[in-house]
Amino acid sequence: MMARAVTNPEPVLKARGLVKSFGRVVAMDGADFDLMPGEILAVIGDNGAGKSTMISALAGAVRPDAGEIFLGGEKVAFHSPMDARSQGIETVFQGLALAPALTIVDNLFLGREYRVPGLRGGLFRLLDRARMREEARKHLSDLGLMTIQNIDQVVETLSGGQRQGVAVARACAFGSKVVILDEPTAALGVKESRKVLDLIRDVRDRGIAIVLISHNMPHVFEIADRVHIHRLGRRVAVVRPSEMTMSDAVAIMTGAMEPPAGQPAD
Amino acid sequence: MASNDLPQFATHDTRLSRRVINVLHGNPTIIPLFVLVLGLAVFSSVVGQRFFHPFNLSLVLQQVTIIGTVALAQTLIILTAGIDLSVGAIVVLSSVAMGRLAMDHDVPPGLALALGIAVGSGCGALNGFFVTMIRLPPFIVTLGTWSVFNALIQFWSGGETIRQQEIEAAAPILQWTGESLRMGAARLTIGSLLMLLLAGLLWYVLNRTAYGRHIYAVGNDPNAARLSGIGTRKVLFTVYLTAGAICGFAGWLLIGRIGAISPLGGAMTNLDSITAVVIGGTSLFGGRGSIIGTLIGALIVGFFRNGLALAGLDVLWQEFTIGFLIIIAVSFDQWLRRIST
Repeated sequence: MMARAVTNPEPVLKARGLVKSFGRVVAMDGADFDLMPGEILAVIGDNGAGKSTMISALAGAVRPDAGEIFLGGEKVAFHSPMDARSQGIETVFQGLALAPALTIVDNLFLGREYRVPGLRGGLFRLLDRARMREEARKHLSDLGLMTIQNIDQVVETLSGGQRQGVAVARACAFGSKVVILDEPTAALGVKESRKVLDLIRDVRDRGIAIVLISHNMPHVFEIADRVHIHRLGRRVAVVRPSEMTMSDAVAIMTGAMEPPAGQPAD
Repeated sequence: MASNDLPQFATHDTRLSRRVINVLHGNPTIIPLFVLVLGLAVFSSVVGQRFFHPFNLSLVLQQVTIIGTVALAQTLIILTAGIDLSVGAIVVLSSVAMGRLAMDHDVPPGLALALGIAVGSGCGALNGFFVTMIRLPPFIVTLGTWSVFNALIQFWSGGETIRQQEIEAAAPILQWTGESLRMGAARLTIGSLLMLLLAGLLWYVLNRTAYGRHIYAVGNDPNAARLSGIGTRKVLFTVYLTAGAICGFAGWLLIGRIGAISPLGGAMTNLDSITAVVIGGTSLFGGRGSIIGTLIGALIVGFFRNGLALAGLDVLWQEFTIGFLIIIAVSFDQWLRRIST
């Protein structure tokens, strides 16, 4: 751990010793976390390993009982998901958090709409629809999502993959530093999963660090730069997909195999 | 960009049915508009010239003014996936408040008017409080407050009507909304104009401001709205408050329409307002619908009643037809929601 801290740049998002218990259930038991700039970090762990609690803490949805979170080297304390978001951590929740009856543009800007400058925006609260549509279009075509025909289309008429695309586009639209994706391919077919994986790579290549929570090992091993393995409320290993087989990673995750020596087990 | 336009269309589902569905999704007022036009065509062919006579058209507009205004308030509530069963009682309570304050307490008429609208707003705020702070279902809350407000109406009015002449002498401003502007044979009341003005204002708020989009989002998917940083409870509360204020305003229009102030005034207003909203294509499940749809819905109710009456049918057939229209409208909404997922 020390060696890497010297050779590598500062993590974008870092956590040390996170603890959280719900009644008698200890969901996080001294969990550590490191996300490096420009990487895709997959987080895997068995059900109940406490990875969602850790992710929720990083996204501001859960307040840890103890431990520290650092964003860009500075200590932060999030009081709500809004808080985390305003500091550059965007989360795409599994339920997507899109309003299906609203249009793509409405959804992209929901909760942070632009108003026209001057009196019309100030006093009459007039939305700057032209600017939002233009930015939405630019943004979607940057991400190669312009197969979506019409940005005034309501979201429920889109396919599952397209919806995921809109949600991801929204997450990385507002100068975010970190995007957390919770099971982005869980509900998708093979072809659509492929597109979403490509999209995730695109986002990474634009310099945004990505946390990917997934149960789909082939997907994890295909696109992750590093894999964070979570077990019993803490990180037990961080491995590179090129240096470990999928079955060994699963064995560590389930406790059937000891984590490799020299790993940050704390 | 240009290269993105046509070729990729091929990857989409281009079947006519899917395209029609997409159009209906984007423009939910198409169906009610179609029903209105169809109704007008049928009635004019059955009834003849009389139906399209400017006097008759303006009469229908007068008849739907109160229902239309209350339906505008109801639209806001239903867009948030709520329902307000107390609107009719708020309208009457506000009008009683205006009358009693001006008559019994010598409050200056203009102030009495403002206080009456404030009473309506207070009623709305009470509904909003129970829905957002105590988190009770709107149906239950407004069923309860409907009863409470009705009791207050009886208490404050003593069950008595304030007669037209008394109001005319003491507080003519309360009847101002009933005055009409003559345009040829048509007679447009101030009340009808105010309703249209209010509809325009609400259209602007719903479609051109962030607050309006948030109302849709809260009704469509409260979780998504919350995760997007929208203060869902604040939106809900202000919607109930606004609806109460609009009902108070409708109380003023009611005095203009009937001249007197009766504690038995708007008995039908509750269901009629919901009818207009639903026929106008707004979904009872929230997040879907429009102000224009509601205006069309109110006009459909008005024109069907008027047309059937002119055609010489008994009143019971008006109710019969409106009933079927409601069921058809809701079935259509259900169908549209089902095929979209």
